[in-house]
Amino acid sequence: RSTELPEHLKAYKGVWVFIEHDRGQVHSVSWELMGEARKLADKLGVDVSGVLLGGPNDPLENYAKEAYAYGADHAYIMRDPVLQGYRNEPFTKGMTDLVNTYQPEILLLGATTMGRDLAGSVATTLATGLTADCTELNIDGRALAATRPTFGGSLLCTIMTLAYRPQMATMRPRTAAMPRRDDTRTGDIIRKDLGLVETDIVTKLLEFIPDANRNTVNLAYADIIVTAGKGLKNADNCKLVWDLARVLGAEVGATRAVTQAGWLEAERQVGQTGKTVRPKLYIAAGVSGAIQHRVGMESSDIIVAINTDPNAPIFDFAHHGIVGNAMQVLPALTQAFRTHLDKRVRKVA
Amino acid sequence: MHIVVCIKQVPDSAQIRVHPVTNTIMRQGVPAIVNPYDLFALEEALRLKDQFGGRVTMLCMGPPQAEEALRKCISFGASDAVLVTDRAFAGADTLATSYALTAAIRKISEEQQVDLVFTGKQTIDGDTAQVGPGVAKRLGWNLLTYVSKINEVDLDGRSITVERRAEGGVQRLKTTLPSLITMLEGTNEMRFATMDDMLRAARVPVRKWSKDDAGIEDITKIGLKGSPTIVSKVFAPKPRKERAEMQTVDDGVNVNDVCLNLLQKIFTT
Ligand SMILES: Cc1cc2nc3c(=O)[nH]c(=O)nc-3n(C[C@H](O)[C@H](O)[C@H](O)COP(=O)(O)OP(=O)(O)OC[C@H]3O[C@@H](n4cnc5c(N)ncnc54)[C@H](O)[C@@H]3O)c2cc1C
Ligand SMILES: Cc1cc2nc3c(=O)[nH]c(=O)nc-3n(C[C@H](O)[C@H](O)[C@H](O)COP(=O)(O)OP(=O)(O)OC[C@H]3O[C@@H](n4cnc5c(N)ncnc54)[C@H](O)[C@@H]3O)c2cc1C
Repeated sequence: RSTELPEHLKAYKGVWVFIEHDRGQVHSVSWELMGEARKLADKLGVDVSGVLLGGPNDPLENYAKEAYAYGADHAYIMRDPVLQGYRNEPFTKGMTDLVNTYQPEILLLGATTMGRDLAGSVATTLATGLTADCTELNIDGRALAATRPTFGGSLLCTIMTLAYRPQMATMRPRTAAMPRRDDTRTGDIIRKDLGLVETDIVTKLLEFIPDANRNTVNLAYADIIVTAGKGLKNADNCKLVWDLARVLGAEVGATRAVTQAGWLEAERQVGQTGKTVRPKLYIAAGVSGAIQHRVGMESSDIIVAINTDPNAPIFDFAHHGIVGNAMQVLPALTQAFRTHLDKRVRKVA
Repeated sequence: MHIVVCIKQVPDSAQIRVHPVTNTIMRQGVPAIVNPYDLFALEEALRLKDQFGGRVTMLCMGPPQAEEALRKCISFGASDAVLVTDRAFAGADTLATSYALTAAIRKISEEQQVDLVFTGKQTIDGDTAQVGPGVAKRLGWNLLTYVSKINEVDLDGRSITVERRAEGGVQRLKTTLPSLITMLEGTNEMRFATMDDMLRAARVPVRKWSKDDAGIEDITKIGLKGSPTIVSKVFAPKPRKERAEMQTVDDGVNVNDVCLNLLQKIFTT
């Protein structure tokens, strides 16, 4: 097969980020991607653009301003009543038209239920390569080198699309750092019409049922997480993790062994088949540190592990290790943090 | 009702090991299984068949050994199975895979019109979740991904209503048949195989289609040739440079000191 870029595709220039938003909020993965897009574009010496599709009630121009602050030079805006609320069909048509008209060389989307749904359809329509669920993006030569974990994180592979454009990739939320915001940055807006009417679209969005616990479990963006592993022995002992989390204002995480045992809800699972997290502090109690768990939390700023086994794999990548019984250490740690935080509060007051 | 369920045969990843020196996957002796996510698709299809009658046809692209995975599905109650197998398919990425599967679905539909195609959410090896959207696009059918529940199918009115997992909530969508559904995991429980179906699974011939049987003429669209993505490098993750700073709790005597020590370290670094 040919790995040469055909002449007619050489005109494709610039790095695009699909800005995912829903009910008044941009998904943070879009800004994480914007930061990565900026780095890629600087290496290539090209511009970064944010792509915004939405309905009459969506504040797309405000999102565009945020996009500039996070590194975009341009914003493509497509506004149409049929783009109110995500649906595959009109979004695929809109995105595909924009790509065909303005020809970006790289198109990045979040590896979310929206991003993956859209990316798969767009890549097939454009007959180009799409690398899924990446954890690292780079430039090799002039091409995108997209790296993703395989076989549960025990190996990584780098995938490239050489002879087709655009080069597409989806990236996992929380694998790239949030870029710094610079509100002095500005950019311009390019508008395009979709050219569809509601009767053209077969699929109807009947309703949106928000998750009841949406605001209670926000693991991916928590600053502090205390995670329960199977070493806690039973569901009752998970209370010790909750106690510590309450004192720290932290979220509670779980390994798959724990969610499968039904000790904690599935939404709390951290790892390859759960959430990717990058808190400032991650405390793992009774967690062995299996590779599938590690890939979901290893970019945390500080990792503390409590485990009875001095040879547990988690000590190979934790920053601070305590060899000991979690049922003893957790209450003591809760007390120590409580005292410490009380002192701080008193000092401020 | 005629439903096609796509399944992939995958190595049981719980048993995969990476060679410590060569950094390659050691597949020898690793059992091949039906991609676990695909069983949720199969169960949902079987429930529709229980309700409406009709036929569930299994479809897989893979090496000849994948026949075993298809038989497994028949033992759960699927009606029959097609294995598209040809050396020309080797090295396919998701674009080429969706092309081959789409051709086969069109062929199957010639025998009896297909109303629904089911796939799993994703596989446990390639793990891209791209094949479902790709097939739907190529068929020109409505795509319903991450479906957690089928609310209603109206076979005469040719419509279907489902719940779809989205970020922060669930979308309820209504669309027309034919559609392609990618089924979310954990949404149902696979039934037990009955003795009758197990016996039938052993006897029913799994149809093996070459690329020509599947009606594929353009060989530049399949296998390695039809795949825009190129795997340029496979490597092991970098180990962290230093091990954790360790402290040990001796039988509970110094547990408070250990914790205070830890706090000091955390708050000074
Ligand atoms: C395809 C696939 C996907 C997966 N995805 C995920 C995923 O997303 N997330 C995930 O977490 N896992 C995932 N897993 C499972 C993973 O391989 C591990 O099995 C799991 O992470 C182990 O959980 P654990 O550490 O809680 O339990 P265990 O491995 O059983 O470890 C328990 C640990 O507790 C220690 N311990 C025992 N007693 C005590 C005590 N009194 N005090 C302190 N420590 C004690 C033990 O020494 C041990 O290290 C996946 C596996 C597969 C095959
Ligand atoms: C480690 C690794 C990484 C890869 N990364 C990429 C990548 O980033 N981009 C890319 O384009 N390709 C990639 N591939 C190639 C890709 O795995 C193959 O194209 C594969 O044939 C289908 O993709 P998938 O396994 O990701 O399936 P998914 O898209 O995750 O599968 C979704 C559903 O489609 C159905 N399905 C998938 N494959 C078949 C089949 N052969 N027969 C019948 N039904 C099927 C199943 O119902 C399945 O549940 C990768 C492969 C490997 C091994």
